[in-house]
Amino acid sequence: MTASVAIQDLSISFGHGPDAVKVLPGVSFSVKPGECFGLVGESGSGKSTVLRCVSMLTDFWTGKVEIGGRNVRDVPLKDRCRLLQMVFQDPYGSLHPRQSVRTVLAEPLRIHGLDDREARMRRALTDVGLPVEFLDRFPHQLSGGQRQRVAIARALILEPAVLLLDEPTSALDVSVQAEILNLLARLREERGFTYIMVTHDLAVVDHMCDRFAVMLHGEITEILPREAIAGNGATHPYARQLIAASLEYEGQI
Amino acid sequence: MTALPASRLPAPLLAARNILTFLLRSPTSAFGLLVLSILILTAAFAPWIATHDPYAQDLNNVLQAPGNGHLFGADELGRDIFSRLVWGARITLTIIFLVSIVVGPIGLIVGTTSGYLGGRIDTVMMRITDIFLSFPSLILSLAFVAALGPSLNNAIIAIGLTAWPPIARLARAETMTFRKADYIAAARLQGASPLRIIVKSIMPMCLPSVLIRLTLNMATVILTAAGLGFLGLGAQPPLPEWGAMIATGRRYMIDSWWLVTFPGLSILCVSLAFNLLGDGLRDALDPKQMNRR
Repeated sequence: MTASVAIQDLSISFGHGPDAVKVLPGVSFSVKPGECFGLVGESGSGKSTVLRCVSMLTDFWTGKVEIGGRNVRDVPLKDRCRLLQMVFQDPYGSLHPRQSVRTVLAEPLRIHGLDDREARMRRALTDVGLPVEFLDRFPHQLSGGQRQRVAIARALILEPAVLLLDEPTSALDVSVQAEILNLLARLREERGFTYIMVTHDLAVVDHMCDRFAVMLHGEITEILPREAIAGNGATHPYARQLIAASLEYEGQI
Repeated sequence: MTALPASRLPAPLLAARNILTFLLRSPTSAFGLLVLSILILTAAFAPWIATHDPYAQDLNNVLQAPGNGHLFGADELGRDIFSRLVWGARITLTIIFLVSIVVGPIGLIVGTTSGYLGGRIDTVMMRITDIFLSFPSLILSLAFVAALGPSLNNAIIAIGLTAWPPIARLARAETMTFRKADYIAAARLQGASPLRIIVKSIMPMCLPSVLIRLTLNMATVILTAAGLGFLGLGAQPPLPEWGAMIATGRRYMIDSWWLVTFPGLSILCVSLAFNLLGDGLRDALDPKQMNRR
């Protein structure tokens, strides 16, 4: 199962009247089915807001978002959940502190009336590389990397076509980051997910993404293929600066 | 593999035992727990503990001092004060129990819904709460009882009506702190309805602080009930309600101190015990203390 994502003139402003702040003035890009698309840029450039708009967590935006050719606004809630899911940045905040892994995974199955819950939960945990016994653990009994795996399992359990990844590794330490990225890459190979991935880290883009967009003040300055990183093939001055800074940093290490 | 389901099943029991051992470790909350267990046992076994019939009048023994067959003395109609206190424990427990099961859910539901939904619903619900909060609770319960007619049941209803707003406020404030949390967003992305999110995700988070607040509230409930009884608007004679006992004993206070002293001490002990237990629970349920257990 896989789907394309097309975003046209997505714009949103927070607040009313003269105090309104336009966070996204009009973002457009499209992602091919099965592609991994990166969104990079400095803090506050609106990367995460794009994801929250696409997932309808924030719903007062204007413009058009199509997933697999269907307008997200017209897709009923339950279908939408099975079309796209999200993995959040902070695994310490994205799992309910008083719910066991079993509850976390069983809830979506119960909401959607899916049968064979036990088998589905076991498969989801195995898919993300956790032992089945973890079903009875609580978040405070898990490490950061294990929590993020549970969060990914929760996103996978409804078998969506599109996965929105909001800096899925930035809260983890380096060795765990690599594990999670490899896990995400493997899942995409196996299932053909479409990823939209927000990140600060161009090394992550280089590792994961086919194409990426550089954002500045809510606008996409340039959409580049992965290969543009190594030789700094960007033309927009800000994108060039960002990639150059990243390359310089990598070089120092 | 076989050990895992076994350790999962009694998880709530295990948690309860952890909390209990934590409470017993500090002397003050252990005292609270002790007094409350005595209260509950007394209420449960009142017919066996009481030495006399609480309603039996014995005009030969009017205003008899403690001792001589009457442990805490006898009142103006010769009724045994100890037995009346023992039977009164039942009334006190009934009041606390009924008020708590009314006030807890109402406060929790009002607070979590208005906190999670926000907007106009929040404004309306919180203004209603404000109206209730802007009266002193005893005065408001007095007004309710005066309107409904003086009786124990009406006193319970009146106390229930005045005791929920602080809990609603607390639950709302708690809800506001995590309604934007990622795990709530994740639940929304899974298609959970607002009702489901409130019941399954938000209420469990609010429950500890509401429980603590409820326990601390119980002392106030006892005092309000005693106050209403004292003013003749709560339990009616000859019911052995502690506040009402003080009210009738007041007239003989100068000569026969035991008429007001023992019911007064009982009220003091029980409300103190609830306060201490509430403080202990606050420490025991604090997430920061989780690691120490």
